[in-house]
Amino acid sequence: MGRFIIKRLFLMAFMLIGLLAITFVISHIAPTDPAALAAGPDADTEMIERYRLEYGLDQPVYVQFGNYLTRLMNGNWGTSILTTRAVADDLLLYFPNTFELVVFSIGIAILLGIPLGVTAAVLQNTWADHTIRILTVSGVAMPMFWLGLMTQLYFALYLGWFPLGGRMNMMTDPPDPITNLLIVDSILRGEFGTTAEALTHIVLPAVALCFPALASIIRVNRAEMLETLKQDYIINAMAHGISMVRIVSVYALKNAMLPTMAMIGLRFGWMLGGTVLVETVFDWPGIGLYAVQATISSDFEPIMGATIVLGGFFMFTNLIIDLVYAWLDPRIRGQI
Amino acid sequence: MPDKPILSFIDFKLNFDTFDGVYQAIDGISFDLNPGESLGIVGETGCGKSVTAKSIMGLLPSPPAEVAGGGIWFDGRNLLKEKSSTLKSIRGNEISMIFQDPMTYLNPVFTIGKQIVDVILAHQKRGNHGRSLTSKQAFQYGMELLDKVHLPNPRRQMKSYPHELSGGMRQRVLIAMALSGQPKLLIADEPTTALDVTIQAQILELISELREQLNLSVIMITHDLGVVATVCDRVLVMYAGQIVEDASIKQLFNNPSHPYTRGLLQAVPDPAKPNKKLKGIPGALPNLLNPPIGCRFQTRCSSASEKCTRMPALNKIRTNQKVACWNVGTT
Repeated sequence: MGRFIIKRLFLMAFMLIGLLAITFVISHIAPTDPAALAAGPDADTEMIERYRLEYGLDQPVYVQFGNYLTRLMNGNWGTSILTTRAVADDLLLYFPNTFELVVFSIGIAILLGIPLGVTAAVLQNTWADHTIRILTVSGVAMPMFWLGLMTQLYFALYLGWFPLGGRMNMMTDPPDPITNLLIVDSILRGEFGTTAEALTHIVLPAVALCFPALASIIRVNRAEMLETLKQDYIINAMAHGISMVRIVSVYALKNAMLPTMAMIGLRFGWMLGGTVLVETVFDWPGIGLYAVQATISSDFEPIMGATIVLGGFFMFTNLIIDLVYAWLDPRIRGQI
Repeated sequence: MPDKPILSFIDFKLNFDTFDGVYQAIDGISFDLNPGESLGIVGETGCGKSVTAKSIMGLLPSPPAEVAGGGIWFDGRNLLKEKSSTLKSIRGNEISMIFQDPMTYLNPVFTIGKQIVDVILAHQKRGNHGRSLTSKQAFQYGMELLDKVHLPNPRRQMKSYPHELSGGMRQRVLIAMALSGQPKLLIADEPTTALDVTIQAQILELISELREQLNLSVIMITHDLGVVATVCDRVLVMYAGQIVEDASIKQLFNNPSHPYTRGLLQAVPDPAKPNKKLKGIPGALPNLLNPPIGCRFQTRCSSASEKCTRMPALNKIRTNQKVACWNVGTT
């Protein structure tokens, strides 16, 4: 097990470098002049050229990439032209917000998705199954940003249950950072008013973000449960008088969870990518929004920084999913 | 017959309501099983053996399965009319079942121990054994059961997962599970088909041994006449959802009377004559969506005649032998 984790972490380093190389090349062949952008609109040609030399932007791409990696190894993530701050500081500020949103969202998707999937399978072809099917089909079909707008319109503007957007109220002071996760920090500092406020702010974006994931978790879980409930070991358990509740919730569900876990892992990755739409709609100060703004203004170093964080996080999640697999299935446990 | 039968089928009929029409899987079978008796049910694939066994346990999903008439009486109760909670308390506690393929009948993601303990605890919740084991005691009892079925090193096996055990070992585990509720009747649905020959012999020996020790009644479903000869007292030969012959072991092998039974026996290889060509039964099972009128074997029977278009009854032709054929009997 330990060896497996070390091997995977080692591989992850290489995958990250590959990911960075691709991102670096794509962002550098885009037809913009970073030196001109960085030097500012008032700079004359001479200033731009000086800037170009100073930052090594006149070098071939692979040399630039090598320089970038060297700097990265020394802990220098570069500076954002847009925010004029160190990229590392920016990421530390924005990524925890996205992390909270995505974790909250996948949490909703799992907690709702698995019971609903099981229900749909057990009550196959009844009104309950059909109702859940409507939910899943619309969940896959609805664009996230549209759903976000609609929930804003109804739950925030019409009913007034939740705030329209943002991470918290403008006037509230955030707690002193410990983990940089607002909800966690406010609990650790005992500022429960802030926790409640942060929670009301996270509900609508998390719901909008979770819908596609929820839909696919339900569908996969339902299909797997149907398949599992037909297996011989279920018949054997029934033949020994074990209660149907236990058969469904323990005997079948643990087997059906394997493919469902794979879907959860995939969806988690898509959520990280898709979060920018929701962050835009809900004015959520997250890394997606940060990365998109950086991309629009050809601000390379933040793009690279966001790539490292999002990519690394995705790979790390996949490692965890694999470990959950091993925990669920003794046959896989034997192999790693 | 001194004892009251423990299990009686009375004109039991079962259909499968399929998309193509009504499939008459079991067409009016009647037989009694006496306490302590070991009954074999033989026939080719698709003739209704497993369906018969599963309907005793109430394990056929409905739809498509649909009881079309008759009754299954066990210990004074009609199993077809009982509530599902009563059926649950009968399953495992009074009637137990072991299945064909031990590879797939154990849950792959739980340890053997957890599965056995679960079954033991489920039994004591529903049965009236007057026991109340803690899960620790249930674990202990589980190990005793594994020991009883001659599984080596029970303590270690309790912590193993099914994929770590061989087929024969898994079948022993399933037998141990089946015995955990101290049933009166054990139904074995082709318990040795998926095992290799030496393991087959061991499992059959185990079943015979346990039968004597625990005074079990056994229903052994198989298509292997060798298995029948080893463990059974009496045999039902089924063809296309009907019983065509009901005979003691001795009569069956000495005086096979139904043409189908004779065909089956001729299809068994004789180790003394390895080069002799085996005689098969020509043709295939009739389509039970639309079975032939009269004797269902007539399409494959060499001695079929005019009268076979009427249904023959299961007539007693000697002591311990009943046959359903117009060409046999009334001598």
